Amino acid sequence: MTALPQATAKKLGLVIDLDTCVGCQACVTACKGWNDQGQGLSDQDAYGANPSGTFLNRVHSYQVAVPDAPAQIVTFPRSCLHCENAPCVTVCPTGASYKRAEDGIVLVNPDSCIGCGLCAWACPYGARELDADQGVMKKCTLCVDRIENEHLPEEDREPACVRTCPTNARHFGDFADPESKVSRLVAERGGYDLMPDMGTKPTNKYLAPRKKGPGEASPLAPLLDIKAKGIAGWLDKMLGKI
Amino acid sequence: MHPAPSVILFSTLSGLGFGFLAFLGWGALAPSGWAAFFLWGLGYGLAVAGLMASTFHLGNPKNALKAFTQWRTSWLSREAWASVATLMILAPMALSDWLGLGLPRIIGQVGGALALVTVLTTAMIYTQIKAVPRWHQPLTPVMFLSFAVAGGASLSGQVWAPVALLVVGVVLVALWRVGDQAFAKAGQTLGTATGLDRLGTPTVFEPAHTAQNYLLREMIHVVGRKHAQKLRLIALVLAAGLPALILILPLGWPGIALAGVLHLAGALAARWLFFAEAEPVVGLFYGMRG
Repeated sequence: MTALPQATAKKLGLVIDLDTCVGCQACVTACKGWNDQGQGLSDQDAYGANPSGTFLNRVHSYQVAVPDAPAQIVTFPRSCLHCENAPCVTVCPTGASYKRAEDGIVLVNPDSCIGCGLCAWACPYGARELDADQGVMKKCTLCVDRIENEHLPEEDREPACVRTCPTNARHFGDFADPESKVSRLVAERGGYDLMPDMGTKPTNKYLAPRKKGPGEASPLAPLLDIKAKGIAGWLDKMLGKI
Repeated sequence: MHPAPSVILFSTLSGLGFGFLAFLGWGALAPSGWAAFFLWGLGYGLAVAGLMASTFHLGNPKNALKAFTQWRTSWLSREAWASVATLMILAPMALSDWLGLGLPRIIGQVGGALALVTVLTTAMIYTQIKAVPRWHQPLTPVMFLSFAVAGGASLSGQVWAPVALLVVGVVLVALWRVGDQAFAKAGQTLGTATGLDRLGTPTVFEPAHTAQNYLLREMIHVVGRKHAQKLRLIALVLAAGLPALILILPLGWPGIALAGVLHLAGALAARWLFFAEAEPVVGLFYGMRG
C-alpha cells in the first residue's frame, strides 16, 4: 500500500558530515558494488564513448563564497533521505513504492514497478533513477541486506557507503532513539534537512562544514614588493620617465 | 522535464476524447444510426489512443494492471479507474444511440460527468507534484478541463464553442504568467537544496558525474526552451484563435473538422511546452533550473 505509515517505530537513516567529507567517491563505488548483486544496477555503454549508468548515490562538489572568509569547496553526497512524508511513495500507482512501518526505510518492489517514473518526478532530491535495462525504478535501500544480515560480522551491519567512508563522514543509526549516535550528532552539530519547505520531512540529516577563519596574509607577500637597485634601478627610473 | 511524445499524446488525445465523450453522453449532439457510430467511434478512438500512448511511457508495462490498486493515494491510479469506468458506463449509451435502443439518457449523463472527472484526475497527476513548482498550482487542472470542454464543444458543434476556445486562450496566458513566477515563488535555490546557504553562496564547482544520467535526461531537460515564446504564440493561435474564428463562419461539418484539427495541433504545442518548461527543483543540485 502506498499510504504512508502514521508513525514508524524506528527511524533509520544517515547523518552526512560535510565538514569531513573529502569527495573521494568511495561511497559511490561501495554503493554500486554492493547493490550490483542480484538484478543489480545496469550500466549502458560502460566502456564506450557515451557511458551512463544507474547509481543510488552521487557526490557533487560546490564552491561556496563565504562573506569575510576565503571561499570553500564543499563535496556533497546526495542519496535518498528516507523522508517521513515521502512524496515518491504516495504518487505510486502500483504499490511498488512503500515506506516500512517498522523502521521507515523507503523501498521499491521491482516486481510491481511499471517504470512510469512519477516517483522520480515527485522526489525533490533526485534520489531515484530508472534502470534503463530493467525499466524499473532504483533507489537507496539503506542496504537492508546488510543491516539485518546476521551472517555478516557485526561491524559490517551498516550501509556499504557508511562502512567504506575513509573519513567517517557518514553515520548510520536510529533517529527515533534520542541517545543514538546519529541523534547526538544532530543535536550537537545542528544537523539540518535539505529543502525543508518541500514538506518532505527527511530522515537523513546533514552537518554543515565548520566555518574557516579569515584568510591569513601569505608569508611570501613582502617578497612580491621588489625594489630594483643599482643599474637595474637606474634603468627602471629612466625607462619610467620616457 | 523531457517532453516525451507518449505523455504529450496521452494527455492531449485522451483529453479531447473524454471531452467529446462528455458532450455525446449528455446528448448535446444526439446522433443516430451510422452518424452515431462514427461520432462515438471518434470519441472512443481519441480517448483509447491517448490511453494506449501513455503505456509507451512505461519502462515495465507488463505490470500495468497493478496501476489499479493504489486509488486511495495515487492520482495516476485514480486516473486508471476513472478512464475505464467512463468508457464502460458510456458503452451502452453509445450502442443505444447507434442502434436506437432508447436507453435512458441518465446513463450518458453519469458517464459524461465521469469523463470530466477523468480529465481532472489526469491533471492532478501533474498538479500534485510539489517538486515541479510550475505545475503545482490551481490553474493546471483548470487548463486541462478547459481544453476538454472547449474541444468537446467544438467537435459537437455547440454554438458557444468559440467562447470556450477563447477561454482556453485566456487560461493558457494566465497559466504561463503564473507559471513563470512559480519557481521563484517556491523559494528553492542551490543554497536551500544543499543547506549551504547557512555558510555562504554556493555555486557548482564540478559536476557529480561526467556523463549523462537518468536525472539529466528525464528531468533536467532544457533543450528547445529558447523557442518558448514563439511556441506560446503558435499554441494560442492554433488552439484558440483560429478554430474560434472558423467556427463562427457558416462552414458546416468541414469547418468543425478543420477547427478540430487546428485545435488539436495547438493543444499539442501547448502540451509540449507544459512538459518542456516544467522545472523540477532537482535541477538545482546540478546548477540548472530543471
